[in-house]
Amino acid sequence: MSALAGVRVVELASERIAFAGKLLADMGADVILVEPPGGDPARGYLPFLDDAPGPDRSLWWWHYHTSKRGVVIDLESAAGQASFKALAAGADIVLESEPAGRRARLGLDYDDLRQARADLIFVSVTPFGRGSPNADAPVTDLTILAGAGPVWSCGYDDHTLPPVRGGGGQGFHTACHFAVMSALTALLYRASSGEGQFIDVSMHGASNVTTEAASYSWLVARQTVQRQTGRHAAAVATQGTQMLCRDGRWVNTGVPPRSPAEFGYILGWLRELGLEEGFPDAIFLEIGAAMDRPITYDLIGVDAEATAIFSAGREALALIAENVSAYDYFIGFQRRGIAVGVIYSPEEAFEDEHFKARGFQTAVAHEDLDRTFRYPGAPYQLPASPWRISRRAPKLGEHDQEILG
Amino acid sequence: MTALDSQADSAPKPAALAGIRICDFCGQLAGAGATKWLAAFGAEVIRIEDPVREGRWDILRGIGPYVDERRGLEFGGGYNNHNTQKLGVTINVRTERGKELLTELIRQSDCVTENFAAGVLERWGFGYGALKAIKPDIIYVSNCGFGHVGPYSAFKTWGPIVQAVSGLTYASGLPDQPPAGWGYSYMDHTGGYYMAMAIMLALLHRRRTGEGQWVDLACTEAALTLHGPALLDWTVNGRPSRREGQPHANRNTSPPMAPHGIYPCAGDDAWVAIACRDEADWERLKSVIGATWMADAAYASLDGRLANQDALDEHLGAWTAGQDKFAVQGRLRGASVPCSAVQRPQERVDHDPDTDGLWPEVTHTAMGRVRADGLPVRMSRTPWRIERGAPCLGEHNEEVFGRLLGLSPQDVAQLRAEGAI
Repeated sequence: MSALAGVRVVELASERIAFAGKLLADMGADVILVEPPGGDPARGYLPFLDDAPGPDRSLWWWHYHTSKRGVVIDLESAAGQASFKALAAGADIVLESEPAGRRARLGLDYDDLRQARADLIFVSVTPFGRGSPNADAPVTDLTILAGAGPVWSCGYDDHTLPPVRGGGGQGFHTACHFAVMSALTALLYRASSGEGQFIDVSMHGASNVTTEAASYSWLVARQTVQRQTGRHAAAVATQGTQMLCRDGRWVNTGVPPRSPAEFGYILGWLRELGLEEGFPDAIFLEIGAAMDRPITYDLIGVDAEATAIFSAGREALALIAENVSAYDYFIGFQRRGIAVGVIYSPEEAFEDEHFKARGFQTAVAHEDLDRTFRYPGAPYQLPASPWRISRRAPKLGEHDQEILG
Repeated sequence: MTALDSQADSAPKPAALAGIRICDFCGQLAGAGATKWLAAFGAEVIRIEDPVREGRWDILRGIGPYVDERRGLEFGGGYNNHNTQKLGVTINVRTERGKELLTELIRQSDCVTENFAAGVLERWGFGYGALKAIKPDIIYVSNCGFGHVGPYSAFKTWGPIVQAVSGLTYASGLPDQPPAGWGYSYMDHTGGYYMAMAIMLALLHRRRTGEGQWVDLACTEAALTLHGPALLDWTVNGRPSRREGQPHANRNTSPPMAPHGIYPCAGDDAWVAIACRDEADWERLKSVIGATWMADAAYASLDGRLANQDALDEHLGAWTAGQDKFAVQGRLRGASVPCSAVQRPQERVDHDPDTDGLWPEVTHTAMGRVRADGLPVRMSRTPWRIERGAPCLGEHNEEVFGRLLGLSPQDVAQLRAEGAI
C-alpha cells in the first residue's frame, strides 16, 4: 500500500512547486493539478517530444507532473473560485506558490479555505517567505541560487571567471524538498492531534541553509569560504581533486590517500600497469604502505618523510589517470577500497549498470502515443509502500469531467 | 487573527513529532542533517557514538570552524551545526553489555537510522533481520552512497563522489572549462532531506498498517532524480547532455531565457545574476538601461537573443561592470526584472532581512553560545525549535540510560568502568 494513499493534494500549477507535487504523487497521494484556461506556461518548456512543440509534448511537463491528475479552473471567475473552494474543502493538503497580491485578491488563502476544512494543511512556497519586503520581486532558479549562497561557493580557482550556478533547477528543487518535509511533518502531527496548519516555505531560506560550510564558517568563526575548481569552497585554499584521464574524461579523487593500506593499493596498481619503473617516488609509496598508522594532516608540510609520502600518493593518482580511462579509474580504485568517482553526465549515470541493477529506470506508458518511455525512478526504496509513477502527466483538462463533474 | 499572526503569539506550541524516538547512528551531514529536522520538530533523537574511537567516525566532530582558540572533539563547528537538539550517548557495540544496551534502546525506538558504509550494522549483529527480531515493527533507514544492493554497493563515497557519479558535477560548469561541480556537498544536504522524507513516509505507513520496513536509500540514486528533463531528452529524443557547447550552467534551456547569466560588478569578486523570463522582462530591462545596442534588430526576439547570446552578455556585462552589485539589484528589481547580487556569506547571514530568524543561537555545553543553520519554514501550529547545541560525547548517558533503561548513576558509572559505554 502506498505511504500516502488516501491523501488528497490540490496543487496550483507553478514551476516552483511542481517537484513537490511529484514527490507526493509518486508516493501515492492523489494530487490534483489545477491549471488556468489555456494551460500552465510550463507546458511550453523545452525539450519537446521529437523536438515538436505542443501543449502535451513538453518533457519538462512530463517529468514534473507524473502521477497527477489535472483540471482547468479559471480562478479569476466567481464560478472558478467556487469550484476551487469545493476542491480544497475535500483536500488534505493545498500546495501553492501564487504571487502575494493574487492570493489575497482571489480570496483563496489559508484563512479563506480553512473555514470549510479546519484540519487543512496549507503549504505556501514563495521566493522570500510570506511577509517579506521583497515578496513581489520576480525570481528565477538562477537569481534564487545567486542570492542564497550556492553560487558564491561554485566555480573555478580563476576568479576572473564568473561563479557558476549548478544545473538542473536545484534552487526550485531545494525549496520543494522543504515543502515536502514540512507537509509530511504536518501529516504526522495531524494524525496524532487532528489539527491542520499553515506552512510558509521560503525558497531563499531553503537554499541559504543548503550551503554546508559556507554558512556555518561565517556563523561560527566569521570566515569566508572561496570557490575552487571542482572541490569544496574553503577559507584556506586546498589542492585540486579533479584529474583528467586518458580518454579525456574527468574523475574526482575525493580525499587524498593517507593510510598505509591506500598507499599499498596505489603501489600495487602502479605495478600492474607497469608504471613503477618510470616513477622514482614509488619508494615513498612503499614506505607509506609499511607505516603503522595514517599520516595526519598536521604532519604534512612539517615532517619531511610524511610530506614526501603524501605527495607521492597524489602524484601516483595523477600518473594512473594519464594511463587509464575515467571509468576504469573509478572502478579500479573503488575495487581497491579508495573512494573516487567518475564524472558522468546525467545520461551516462542513468545507463550505468549499477542503477539499472537497482531498478532505477522506470517504464511509463503513454497510451495516447502508444509508446512507453524510460523515466528516472525512485529517490528511495520503501518496499512496503513503494514509490511508483502511477500515470503519465495529465493533458490539459484531462480530468475535468472525472473530478469537477 | 490570521495564521501568520498566530506564529508570534507566546502561548506554548506543541511539537509535531513528540513521542517519536529515533535510535540514531547518523553522522557527517548526509545522515545527521536528516535527524536534525526530526529533532527540531520534537522527535527524541538519541545519537549513539563509539566511546573507543571517541565518536571520530564522524569526521566533523573535531574539525573547524571553531568558535575560539579551543580545539578537540567537542569543538567542531560543523558537528554542532548538524546535531542540534539531539541527545548523545556512547555504546561500545564490541562488548556484550554494549550489545544488550543497544538491544534495549532499539526495543524502545520507532526507527533506527544510519549512514555507514553498506554492511557495517550487519557486521555488528544489527542488520534488518536482527532489528526486526528485537522490535517487529521497527523502521530502519540506511543511507549510503550507492545503497546496500547493486554492483557498487561496496564502493565508498563522500559528497563530491556522489555528485561526480550522478551527473551533478558535470552539469555545473562553463564551456571549454573542466567541470566546476558544486563547491560543497550539496548531496549531503539533499541526501539528508530524502532520508528525512523516507523516515516520515515510513512512519506514516506504519501508523496506518502497523508495519515497519527497511528503506535502502542510495544517495547517488536520489541525486539522479534531480536531472529529470535532461534525462527524458536522452531517453525520448536520444539527445545527450554531453554535447558541444554544454554544459553552460549559467544559461537556461528549459525554458530558454536570454539574457540569463552572472555578470561582473565593481569591487572584489563582485557579481550579479540577471534573467529575462520573457519579452516583458526584456522590455523592462531595456527601459532601465536605455542603451542604443539594445535596439539592434538581432535582439528583438528571444530567438535572436539566444542566437547572439555571447554578444548580448558582453554588452550587459559592460553595463554592470562599473556598478555596485546591490545597486544593480535595486534598479532591476525596482523594474520587476529578476535580478540578485551573488551574495557572500556575510552579506546574506548578517545583512539580509530575508534571512531574519534563520540563524538560531544555540547553547552547546562546551562551546557556549553559537549560531547555527535554522530551518526555512514556519509552521503555524508546530514551529521548529533549535535551542540546544549538539551533544558532547556521552553527554546524556545518565539521563537516557536512567530514564529508558532504569539504570542508576552507579550502574552507568559501572558500565563506563567496564568499557561498555
